[in-house]
Amino acid sequence: MNEAQVANRKLMRKLFVIAVCMFGFAYALVPFYEVICKLTGSNNLLKADVVQNTQVDKSRTVIIEFDANTHKLAWNFKPTQNSLTVHLGEIVQVTYEVRNTKDVPVSGQAIPSYGPALAGKYFRKLDCFCFTKQTLAANERKQMPVVFVVDPSLPKDVNVITLSYTFFEVAGSQATNQAEPAVKEGELRGGSS
Amino acid sequence: MSSISHDHAHGHGHDDHGHHPTGLMRWITTTNHKDIGTMYLIFAFTMFIVGGLLAWGIRAELMYPGMQLWDPERFNSFTTMHGLIMVFGAIMPAFVGFANWQIPLMIGASDMAFARMNNWSFWLLPVAAILLVTSFFLPGGAPAAGWTLYAPLSVQQGMSMDFTIFAIHIMGASSIMGSINIIVTILNMRAPGMTLMKMPLFVWTWLITAYLLIAVMPVLAGAVTMILTDRHFGTSFFNAAGGGDPVLYQHVFCFFGHPEVYIMILPAFGIISQIIPTFARKPLFGYASMVYATASIAILSFIVWAHHMFVVGMPAAGLLFFMYATMLIAVPTGVKVFNWVATMWRGSMTFETPMLFAVGFIFVFTMGGFTGLICAIMPIDIQIQDTYYVVAHFHYVLVAGSLFALFAGTYYWLPKWTGHMYSETLGKLHFWASIIFFNITFFPMHFLGLAGMPRRIPDYATQFADFNFIASIGAFGFGLSQLIFLIAVVKCAKGGPKATAQVWEGADGLEWTVPSPAPYHTFEEPPHVK
Repeated sequence: MNEAQVANRKLMRKLFVIAVCMFGFAYALVPFYEVICKLTGSNNLLKADVVQNTQVDKSRTVIIEFDANTHKLAWNFKPTQNSLTVHLGEIVQVTYEVRNTKDVPVSGQAIPSYGPALAGKYFRKLDCFCFTKQTLAANERKQMPVVFVVDPSLPKDVNVITLSYTFFEVAGSQATNQAEPAVKEGELRGGSS
Repeated sequence: MSSISHDHAHGHGHDDHGHHPTGLMRWITTTNHKDIGTMYLIFAFTMFIVGGLLAWGIRAELMYPGMQLWDPERFNSFTTMHGLIMVFGAIMPAFVGFANWQIPLMIGASDMAFARMNNWSFWLLPVAAILLVTSFFLPGGAPAAGWTLYAPLSVQQGMSMDFTIFAIHIMGASSIMGSINIIVTILNMRAPGMTLMKMPLFVWTWLITAYLLIAVMPVLAGAVTMILTDRHFGTSFFNAAGGGDPVLYQHVFCFFGHPEVYIMILPAFGIISQIIPTFARKPLFGYASMVYATASIAILSFIVWAHHMFVVGMPAAGLLFFMYATMLIAVPTGVKVFNWVATMWRGSMTFETPMLFAVGFIFVFTMGGFTGLICAIMPIDIQIQDTYYVVAHFHYVLVAGSLFALFAGTYYWLPKWTGHMYSETLGKLHFWASIIFFNITFFPMHFLGLAGMPRRIPDYATQFADFNFIASIGAFGFGLSQLIFLIAVVKCAKGGPKATAQVWEGADGLEWTVPSPAPYHTFEEPPHVK
């Protein structure tokens, strides 16, 4: 091999290393994206909302419908009541009931969504089982609370809000540590704001 | 059988230049940059025809409102495959074909740095193309998620998506090997005296493009690999059901996607920068500023990707950053356009076909650039995103930009490649038919987009009917016009008036010092550049 070929191969190796690093960079964008979402507050799905105005608007009511779904998870999951008429600004507590139908402990994470989607902005959750990962022991049954306030500034044309939860199994969750939230903050975004 | 023994002999007698395999084996085993360049160009034209037939399928459905020919899923697979085939099968390989033919000739090198790898980068392409095209015959049909393969659609679609992902992996490997070859050739194999700032601009633009390719093709490979593992191996990068985020895919894809559009236009700028000085009979105005402008466009291309996704939900500061960064790209692009115009200013211009295509390029590409600027303005983009305005914009830069530059370059260098002059009549006919039908096809799409017609739909409200009819007529005419190109090129390859070594009166550069047609081996002894 002559001198020129040696120089060529050396440069080729360097360029090849750049290409391999850029492949890694694509994967590095995943955690980087989570950090950016966290820093910019693009996601607060797993955080309690802050309520400043506790003035109850007795003149206006809104119907809240409750919905519960599971996605590839062997849990029975349902609200204890199907719907509720509430005043705007009123603090309300409802419960959902969940039962693990499997003989092994399983962890799941609930993700809320709203209909109409725009109502999510006015639906403030003070406490919710969706803020953390839920782990149920074999065949365990559990009552879980949601405490919420509907903001009185809700647009006049919204009379019914559907609150829908879907429980997803946390990947490889069979008996994992309960302390840590199922889904890291920033990994999720969407419905709520 | 004889060809195999020839190949064997070739392997032993590496310096035996007169003795290379003939027939099919010559093309399969060739390591000659001119052979490989020719194969790239033929492959690209073939894929251009395939992609064009898909475009005809799209325009035939959209000619009238209502559902005519295809069901919506089939229609979506047409738009998806049209995009993938034109981007990865036609435009990119065509530019690599030009690079293979011209870069060694222009810098006075005898061949590409890694001739064997060069052969391999080409022969990966037909494999990828077969994977892509056969996906039409799989259960569920070809991928229909759009050429951007956005999650969650791409995570959910049938097995044709896996074929597409593998095709992208293979094409990516081909591009990366091709780019490494080009960079090493340009940096290490220039003739003595050919300093970087003496290189022809086509070589400069390809050097920068090759770096872009090495930087972003692996990112695309990473993105589609994540889709693949989401589909089959239980990961949840983009799968919302497992805590993933589809928006993340858009970020990763567009991090590739925006530099990609410059990958498809920078070599076009290079070709135009070669042609304008030749036919204006003046040196290029502002050579150094052209080089810096090209580099600035390439660097800026890495920080503007989210202008493709202004409506996904971003903090206002992010929206503003991406808007201003995008608009900044108009500055170096403007430098280029003004330099071309200044080169023509007071030149003794003649309008042979390459010059017609080059001037047509400047005119129509600039219109595409301006609509790009309009799309970059975030409040306007919120209105026009995903409408036909965007379709019109990117066809003005990709067809009137990249494709017209490819035609210009073909007519410009064809006499050097074949040794014959092409028919000026056919060339001019091709130009006028192309530019007129191009505008008939895509100009009405601006109005359709502004009126709110969404893209990627097989049916539309009746108020859009007239402009769609006009666009469809234009598309059929544009497609047929390309047959003139095919005839002109085949005719030129078969015979015609002998071309001189310099071919064009005002042509300047090393490639014009070798005879026409360029001999199989050139610059075995490197020339000296003063």
